[in-house]
Amino acid sequence: MESHNGRERALWSAGIVLIILFSLIPVLWIVSISFKAPDTITAGDSLLTRFFPQEFTLDNYSSLFEGGLDSPLLAPLINSIGIALIATTIAIVLAAFAAYAIARLDFPGKALVLAGALAIAMFPPISTVGPLFDMWRALGLYDTWVGLIIPYLTFALPLAIYTLVAFFREIPWDLEQAAQVDGATPFQAFRKVIVPLAAPGVFTAAILVFIFCWNDFVFAISLTSSDSSRTVPAAIAFFTGDSQFTAPTGNIAAAASLVTVPIIIFVLIFQRRIVAGLTAGAVKG
Amino acid sequence: MAEIVLDGISKKFADGFEAVKDLNLEIADGEFMILVGPSGCGKSTALRMIAGLEDITEGELTIGGNVVNDRAPKDRDIAMVFQNYALYPHMSVRENMAFPLRLAKVDDSTVDKKVSEAAKVLDLEQHLDRKPANLSGGQRQRVAMGRAIVRDPSVFLMDEPLSNLDAKLRVQMRTEVSRLQADLGTTTVYVTHDQTEAMTLGDRVAVMRAGLLQQVGSPAELYNEPDNLFVAGFIGSPAMNFMAATLEGGRVKLPFGEVELPEEFREKLGSHSGKVVAGIRPESFEDAGLVGDAKDQGTTFTANIDLVESMGSEKYAYFSVKGDSIESEELKELAEDAGTSEVPSSGEGLVVARLDAASGAERGKEAELWVDSTKLHFFDPDSGANLKH
Repeated sequence: MESHNGRERALWSAGIVLIILFSLIPVLWIVSISFKAPDTITAGDSLLTRFFPQEFTLDNYSSLFEGGLDSPLLAPLINSIGIALIATTIAIVLAAFAAYAIARLDFPGKALVLAGALAIAMFPPISTVGPLFDMWRALGLYDTWVGLIIPYLTFALPLAIYTLVAFFREIPWDLEQAAQVDGATPFQAFRKVIVPLAAPGVFTAAILVFIFCWNDFVFAISLTSSDSSRTVPAAIAFFTGDSQFTAPTGNIAAAASLVTVPIIIFVLIFQRRIVAGLTAGAVKG
Repeated sequence: MAEIVLDGISKKFADGFEAVKDLNLEIADGEFMILVGPSGCGKSTALRMIAGLEDITEGELTIGGNVVNDRAPKDRDIAMVFQNYALYPHMSVRENMAFPLRLAKVDDSTVDKKVSEAAKVLDLEQHLDRKPANLSGGQRQRVAMGRAIVRDPSVFLMDEPLSNLDAKLRVQMRTEVSRLQADLGTTTVYVTHDQTEAMTLGDRVAVMRAGLLQQVGSPAELYNEPDNLFVAGFIGSPAMNFMAATLEGGRVKLPFGEVELPEEFREKLGSHSGKVVAGIRPESFEDAGLVGDAKDQGTTFTANIDLVESMGSEKYAYFSVKGDSIESEELKELAEDAGTSEVPSSGEGLVVARLDAASGAERGKEAELWVDSTKLHFFDPDSGANLKH
């Protein structure tokens, strides 16, 4: 029995290591490229020596921020953070109300709301880009923060509503009544009992929505035209090399490495809550 | 110090369903009152109305002399133990028990004192810093009790607090609840669907069915003098045997024989005659050979024993009787509640007799049985009312 468990464990570990390598190697490669001098990117005889920078440099990073607000990355970074945060906040606040109603109340059209949300979330973004481009130009929303926040909301809201409904349904609402009998006002019951229980779900939804907004490329490239609202993924596509004939590979790698940092920080901080959130429906306590 | 008076309480839900109909009940100060009945009988709704978790559609609810119909739960000075315990999962056992005190803005040293007192009473001292998720069912149940007692409320409300425990633990906790209530002397309303709990715990028991109060009384009263078929069938385990019978001038024709009724019976029954439902408790039967002097107040008959269950201290003998079938809504509901096996719902049902362990009754053989004619019950087949009343 013991050896059987040991073998099973070893197999599992090997599998997990494989998956981690498979997903992490490309990321590490990008990070490695970001530290290489432009002319040494492909230097190296074997795969292994090519992986490690032969000449370590931070030029790729520093050049991204050269020139302050006119630099290639600073303005887009501000746009990305601002747009993603605003869209996430609005989406979570609205979705929390909607999810609360869907999870707790019975009202006509409940199924319709959920089905509608799902249908919108399923809609391929690319098919809405064309019409949005024309509409935003007519309305003056083209190349503005609002012009990106609105389409992000249309996709982030269903995502957030679905996550939160699943989460809110798991909250034992008896607890609210128990708190009231224990002497709490309805507001105290909400604040001291329901909010702490709902928080992991809200964080999970918020992070998912934030990642969605942060990563978007289709809307960002189509609905922006300048640094006043262009986000990082779109801005990277506009990077230029030192000359017409050099590809900005190092800069792209540096920017790509840089934009994953906020996500990694986010996930590390809220890791435990996210895990709790993602498994909330799966395991009954 | 609070008595609870329910005066004509009704509950009608938005969809028109009437869960509780004109409930009148007076619960004395310090009394342990049990609300019992099959699921859907309105007992939990009644309790939730007392707690203030459910609006009262009609009637007046008084706790400790104050009408509390429109008061929020927190202003009723009650504590409630929920069926699923409703412990706060994000708080430790200590925080769970302290929660009502914190809300009441009690100072820290008093909170500590009360919580450790309650923990001591409930044997939770070594678990105070654990989260509810890491506790066993019995421990969670005790935490829920602890949260209720720390505040010294004037009323305890308990909604099937033991139904989530396994059988052994339930018996143990039953004793615990009973002891706790006796020590504290707090007025308690306890909802259960388990008639054993009702019989063993309560000072008085209120039996409900389909939103209507059937009978209130001490466990012994309910057992010996049930007001109607439903109460008779619900209280007691194994349940009372029911069979079709015919009353005729002081004699009753039972499926297994005719019985001469004693004098006092005849007086109470008055001029009733015709078809009735007879109810006989299993212990009203006995092996004819073991009755002795009491033989005169009963009748002896021969039965084909289908099955004998020996419990060591006694034997349960099952035999079938043939007779007219009984049509009764109440019996049907009882059968459903019990999973049909406990209550023979038709005239051809099984009858259980509880015999002395010394009885020689054997499976597949005939046995001479005796039935105590002073312990018979007769019910109106239409209304279900006990004809003795």
